Amino acid sequence: MNILELSGLTKKFGGLTAVGNVDFKVKKDSITGLIGPNGAGKTTIFNLITGVYKVSEGKVIFCNKNITNKEPYQIAEIGITRTFQNIRLFKRLSVYENVLIACHKNASYSILDSILMMPKYKREEKQLKLQANELLEIMGLSDRRELIANNLPYGLQRRLEIARALALKPQLLLLDEPAAGMNPDETEQLMLLIDDVRKKFQLTVLIIEHHMDLVMGICEEIMVLNFGCKLAEGTPYDIQNNPKVIEAYLGVEG
Amino acid sequence: MNTYIEGILILAGINLMAVLGLSLLTGFTGLFSFGHAGFMAIGGYTSAMLTVKFHWPFIPALLVGGLVAALFSAIIGKVTLNLKGDYFCIATLGFGEAIRLILDNVQYFGGARGWPGIPNYTNLWNVLGINLVAVLVLANLIRSRHGRNMIAIREEELASQIVGINVFKHKITSLMISASYAGIAGGLMAHYMTFLQPKMFSLVKSTELTIIVIFGGLGSISGSVLGALVLTALPEVLRSFSQWRLVCYGLAVIIIMISRPEGLLGGYELTPSSMKKLYNRLRLKKQAGKQGLEGGDIQ
Repeated sequence: MNILELSGLTKKFGGLTAVGNVDFKVKKDSITGLIGPNGAGKTTIFNLITGVYKVSEGKVIFCNKNITNKEPYQIAEIGITRTFQNIRLFKRLSVYENVLIACHKNASYSILDSILMMPKYKREEKQLKLQANELLEIMGLSDRRELIANNLPYGLQRRLEIARALALKPQLLLLDEPAAGMNPDETEQLMLLIDDVRKKFQLTVLIIEHHMDLVMGICEEIMVLNFGCKLAEGTPYDIQNNPKVIEAYLGVEG
Repeated sequence: MNTYIEGILILAGINLMAVLGLSLLTGFTGLFSFGHAGFMAIGGYTSAMLTVKFHWPFIPALLVGGLVAALFSAIIGKVTLNLKGDYFCIATLGFGEAIRLILDNVQYFGGARGWPGIPNYTNLWNVLGINLVAVLVLANLIRSRHGRNMIAIREEELASQIVGINVFKHKITSLMISASYAGIAGGLMAHYMTFLQPKMFSLVKSTELTIIVIFGGLGSISGSVLGALVLTALPEVLRSFSQWRLVCYGLAVIIIMISRPEGLLGGYELTPSSMKKLYNRLRLKKQAGKQGLEGGDIQ
């Protein structure tokens, strides 16, 4: 079964076609890779799925529902969340608050409830607190919960961003270059984390990455993008031996 | 109590009311406004109209004044809150000036000549009571999911959308609550001065409110309280310097902004628990210092 389906997805910025007519399916419970040279339109696809950009043509279908051009916060409610290439945490807030804010969708008390400190407010706040703490525990961040997010080491900032995404209890997690700027050791750890998280939270993961070790190591399916168009699709083995992919990455032998 | 000091406290309280509202918008939601004097004007004129022409009691008139200001802000917000960054700020500036110019020409309210004869209902006690309620409401709001969503928007708008926060809805909520505070402040002012004139709500007033919020520290309710008290009292304390008064005022603001760019209490709150924490930390530091000296193991 496919959790996400892109059909004829196109994004034009003026005369430039950043993403052109891409068809793509992501299987439920898989880890799928999205690779391609710089400027191929990978992040643009993420922005189109999450509603940050408006789609020019084509459709985004999630769990058989058309979610094209929904607002980002609606996409989050539907069950898709993401991380960013350049980490976007709530920098001046604590680790705990970062996760807590993402847990908010599980509470429903109104402004009046909170102003009057109604029982509903107290009950749900307690619930949120528990959820946030539990998640920090799972992600191994509880000993740093009071730290300001910006003061975390880089690797942990990535981890916090993933934790924040998981707080939304998504079905589909989009990771945009999670290993960017990491050394091989940290990349290895990240790979284990992604695999672990997927099992624990029963997620489907779509991942953009340039570290080929990581992509080839954990992805079951890979799509290659070049100049906004789909170049190839298949298992890691197929992709590694696809002449078109080798050409796009390394050029043609003179 | 000395009526002079009482007067200063009432003025500080009126300013504080408007500043609390602006603090929510600017300090906690990250939206700058230079039109809050406009919301004060709307609240002031509305409540004065209700007490003078319709003989309403004071408090309901104040609340309706706040409500009308909130309604106006909802309309303004609807059309301008999609603007990014500075553009919203410019739009509010335009709004504030427009309200003032419109009031200049409404003869029903006395136009530019002003409107005398508003009953004197505002006193120290009701100003104090209203501010107390306002602080409590704001503090509770900030510590709820709604308040934290607003803070998240201030920190990182795109990320807050991605974690499911409806940015537009929260911005407009913040603006409406903020405007209702300013509206109530306007009503208090009308019934303290017993006189209203559009000139009282010029850009200078909006700027003064913004200066107080920044001076007190963005993202701090206690900072806003402190800022409102200090910056309202300061020109009065400096009255003996006569013509140098405003220069001193400006210098004081500049010196604070240079030495503490985050404002007096930027991001911090003075609450019983935070004071205790600070006290404990200072004590620990002292102890650590002593031990270091006695042990002599500092490298």
